[in-house]
Amino acid sequence: MSEIAATDALPKPKRDIAPLLLPVVLALLMIPLIGSESSWVTLTVASLAMGMMIFIMASGLTLVFGLMDVLNFGHGAFIAVGAYVATLVLLPLASWAQADSLLTNLAVLVPAALLSMGVTGALGLVVERVLVLPVYGQHLKQILMTTGGLIVAEQTLYALFGPQIIPLPLPTAFRGSFILGDVAISKYRLLALLIGLVIFIAIELVLNRTKIGLLIRAGVENREMVEALGYRIRRLFLGVFMTGSALAGLGGVMWGLYREQVHASIGDELTVLVFIVVIIGGLGSITGCFIGAILVAMVANYGGFLVPKLALVSNILLMVAVLMWRPRGLYAVTSR
Amino acid sequence: MSTLLKLSGVETYIGRYHILQGVDFEVPEGQTTMLLGRNGAGKTTTLRTIMGLWQAKSGSISLAGESIEKLATPDIAQRGVGYVPESMAVFSDLTVKENLVLAARNGPLDDAQLAWIFGFFPALKKFWLSRAGSLSGGQKQMLSIARAIVEPRKLLLIDEPTKGLAPAIVMSLIECLKEIKRRGATILLVEQNFHAARELGDQVLVMDNGTIVHRGEMAALAADVPLQERLLGLSLEAHQ
Repeated sequence: MSEIAATDALPKPKRDIAPLLLPVVLALLMIPLIGSESSWVTLTVASLAMGMMIFIMASGLTLVFGLMDVLNFGHGAFIAVGAYVATLVLLPLASWAQADSLLTNLAVLVPAALLSMGVTGALGLVVERVLVLPVYGQHLKQILMTTGGLIVAEQTLYALFGPQIIPLPLPTAFRGSFILGDVAISKYRLLALLIGLVIFIAIELVLNRTKIGLLIRAGVENREMVEALGYRIRRLFLGVFMTGSALAGLGGVMWGLYREQVHASIGDELTVLVFIVVIIGGLGSITGCFIGAILVAMVANYGGFLVPKLALVSNILLMVAVLMWRPRGLYAVTSR
Repeated sequence: MSTLLKLSGVETYIGRYHILQGVDFEVPEGQTTMLLGRNGAGKTTTLRTIMGLWQAKSGSISLAGESIEKLATPDIAQRGVGYVPESMAVFSDLTVKENLVLAARNGPLDDAQLAWIFGFFPALKKFWLSRAGSLSGGQKQMLSIARAIVEPRKLLLIDEPTKGLAPAIVMSLIECLKEIKRRGATILLVEQNFHAARELGDQVLVMDNGTIVHRGEMAALAADVPLQERLLGLSLEAHQ
């Protein structure tokens, strides 16, 4: 018996690095097209920072999509609510945010971000229980319910804060740029890049080094079998949904500060972008989501610089190109 | 011999299709009960209904005297039921090790149990850190069975483990299942390979059109060619 198993041919596990190389190749190809080295560095850092923010917003959605096959078109509501909660903290404490001390800035920025995550995580709990739970397995109803939820959230923000754009100035410590020769690198973009990388590494560590992570990865692939092994995947899903909502809230805070303004339709605007990233990356794949977010940001930034008229459709073109190459996204995890 | 699993009047619908139409049978503790029948007879539906993956509309299912027909799948699994689906359903994105770590729900992997499994399935040791998706079909089946036995279970539900496998691997699996049986496991085994059925079965149930049409000892059915032809359409010899 043993010889049968031992002699079975087994292909060596392949590391699929082609998608990982895409952003690198794209960035290198842009050097001669952009011409100026300093412009290239600025655009690349801007792309990476923007990509990280989009990744933070999309990471929860891709797991929710992959794990429970739930189409949450209301994900943008968490982004908007997160941005508004931070605004409610940062504006009254503007003197702290605009102080010349990094520590004072952080003393208001960190609690604002954590509060945003807490509120959006709790909102995620309510949304899952009230809107998503009754429509598991029913895609059309999921779209209707969650889109309805997004509209209600958006209109509630309009009613509470009005239709006007609310300025959200960056804390003083994160204004300006580091100058390296001819190259100016925005401090806030570096911060966004750092936070995005930390969150990506943290998610990867949880998914790959913990039993909870194993359950999430297994559940994305075959939730029925996870249940047949004795695990309650609904509870796991609720945890993932809340975490994804909290991350969307954090993404909303970061995006609001990046644009230095907040308005009620911020979530609505970003929803399409986030969905493009999730589809490009492959449903349920965090690595795919990470690469997809960077690609989307690169195409937006490089494309906006080189062919401004193309900027409006660049992400759709990117999605079409990726899906023609890999119809289930860069890293297909689920069989759906 | 006591009864471990008992189904009484179980009816299951999938959508508007009435698949199980009053299934009654008992699985004795410590024995291997074969569930045979033509394609579409309801064998897989029976296992899935026991596992709670499809809810019985009526009837009762009891495990060691406890009613389980209203329980959710995780609760049924936690009562000691291991399930090996027809599709194998290994987690292809996870390594062999990670698949087994997940299956060991009650704690870390037991070294002695693992050594026992590796004795049968050395390929699992060899490819311990390889992604399960890169395993061959036979190796995936071995992993699927290993996942079900990595911890002691009261009852194993195994759905067509030899389906689509090369004859040499089928023999290997039969030996493994025999050893699991020798260790006192209670198994309800759906199988189309009648050689495997004859080798492994103590009891036999034959299904047709969502009901049990025959129950008895496997040896008796194996010896009665006219009965095999009447129940299954072909003799066991013809199926080998």
